[in-house]
Amino acid sequence: MLEVRALTKRFGGLRASDGIDFDVAEGETHAVIGPNGAGKTTFISQLAGNLRPDSGTVRFAGADITALSAPRRARLGLARSFQITSVYPDFSALHNVALAIQAHSGHSFRFWRDARSDPQLIQPARKILGELGLGERSEVLAANLSHGEQRQLEVAIALATSPRLLLLDEPMAGMGIEESQRMITLLSSLKRRHTIILVEHDMDAVFRLADRISVLVYGRVVATDTPEKIRANEEVRRAYLGTEA
Amino acid sequence: MITKRMLLWLVFVLVLVALPPLATVLGQTYYIDLVRRMLILSLAAISLNLILGYGGLVSFGHAAYLGIGAYSVGIMSFYGVASGWLQWPLAIGASALVALAIGAVSIRTSGVYFIMITLAFTQMLYYLGISLAEFGGDDGMRLKARSQFTGLVDLRDPVAFYYLALALMLFSVFLVYRIVNSRFGMVLRAAKSNDARTRAIGFSPYPYRLAAFVIAGAMCGLAGALYANHTNYITPGLMSWQQSGDLMFMVILGGMASTAGPVLGTFVLLLVEEVLKGWTEYWQAVLGPLLVLSVIFFKRGLAGMFYKPDA
Repeated sequence: MLEVRALTKRFGGLRASDGIDFDVAEGETHAVIGPNGAGKTTFISQLAGNLRPDSGTVRFAGADITALSAPRRARLGLARSFQITSVYPDFSALHNVALAIQAHSGHSFRFWRDARSDPQLIQPARKILGELGLGERSEVLAANLSHGEQRQLEVAIALATSPRLLLLDEPMAGMGIEESQRMITLLSSLKRRHTIILVEHDMDAVFRLADRISVLVYGRVVATDTPEKIRANEEVRRAYLGTEA
Repeated sequence: MITKRMLLWLVFVLVLVALPPLATVLGQTYYIDLVRRMLILSLAAISLNLILGYGGLVSFGHAAYLGIGAYSVGIMSFYGVASGWLQWPLAIGASALVALAIGAVSIRTSGVYFIMITLAFTQMLYYLGISLAEFGGDDGMRLKARSQFTGLVDLRDPVAFYYLALALMLFSVFLVYRIVNSRFGMVLRAAKSNDARTRAIGFSPYPYRLAAFVIAGAMCGLAGALYANHTNYITPGLMSWQQSGDLMFMVILGGMASTAGPVLGTFVLLLVEEVLKGWTEYWQAVLGPLLVLSVIFFKRGLAGMFYKPDA
């Protein structure tokens, strides 16, 4: 589904991505972990198209997308959630999701009909919000949702684009224990139906959800393996897991 | 269901409809002229609100289209084409074309650069107007005759012209209302609200912003055509940065991204101006602080007093 080869990005003297090779198979949940400053966000930004790599290629569903802009990639089925919540604060939860559905239902040069009551957008949006447990909150302005709900909305927006690959950038960021557990349950229900790249600090979540884990340290992938083997890997323990594992 | 908002609009429209006969009976026909000017500038402010309020495009050069609309009418009239059926579509078309050219370049920038580049383009047009000696240069030109819409409306009749301006203003309110709530409008507002998120779900904002910029330019061109007929006189001053600033102020005072905001802002600004002018010749010294206070105390504009912003 996704093939990354020799991906390199420098910021001055710093190699934020240093020859990354990375694969995601259809249906797989592939987690990316690594200490702070390992280049996870830089990596995700290059996958999503917000940053251009200096060299290397990104292939998605058989096509080279290295040079494509973020909107083009999104239209091909690459959806992302952001580490720092990125929703439309002045839209209701429902319209946040409806807009994402609109993005994937033809062009939007339609000037007259009211989009806020268009059943083609509103019905699927309600369905997704319902599935994600936000059904009761659909009319609330996104700005007035709790942090946990905003994180769920973030995932709902990504899902509404009917993605072939979901890029989840720290979906559990800033969540309490209870909210995290709910998010893990949510993600495990998505896992069966979607191909997912999961960047996450919460090791509990990563080991419960991932089929494979890649460990990123100083812009390099030091290991890619099943959760059990990563847990046992000496180099990984030294670089990252430390006392946590 | 009749909402409070609809009721307020109804009252406002009824007052505007009733004004000419009342003013005529009371012998105060001056007010027909004054309110007609408000209606025409409201139309310009409504068009600016589409891009400034809903699109987040802080255009500091919107007066350009007021000028192009006015000069289109003036120049055609100068060459003996008096028909409004030709003049006004040309005013709209020329404004749309110029907006397309200016927008295509400016919308690639953002923030302060966008403000400066729209200002720079409009200053270019302003100086072009000054340099056109044939059309009066700095002094401007007198409109030979008002646009002729034979059989429909006679613009020499102040009351008929008033009702035409009212109809066009109300139509533009409705038009912008439909646009901003359509799929197109939702993308425009989304791109203002969160650009990164909008790209991430698959929209590139540029073509939507550009289209809105052109629509706003065309609408303001119509306002310019009306304004030329209103004053019977066209000067480069219509394209000055002060005029652009006035339009921005009308939108911000009234309430950005609200349906009624630009109309409210225009009416209040021009009314206060009128009252102060009657009071003192130093009216600008009083108006300035009033404007500052209004921005501080009405964060969502005057319209924010009446209702909450759209969800």
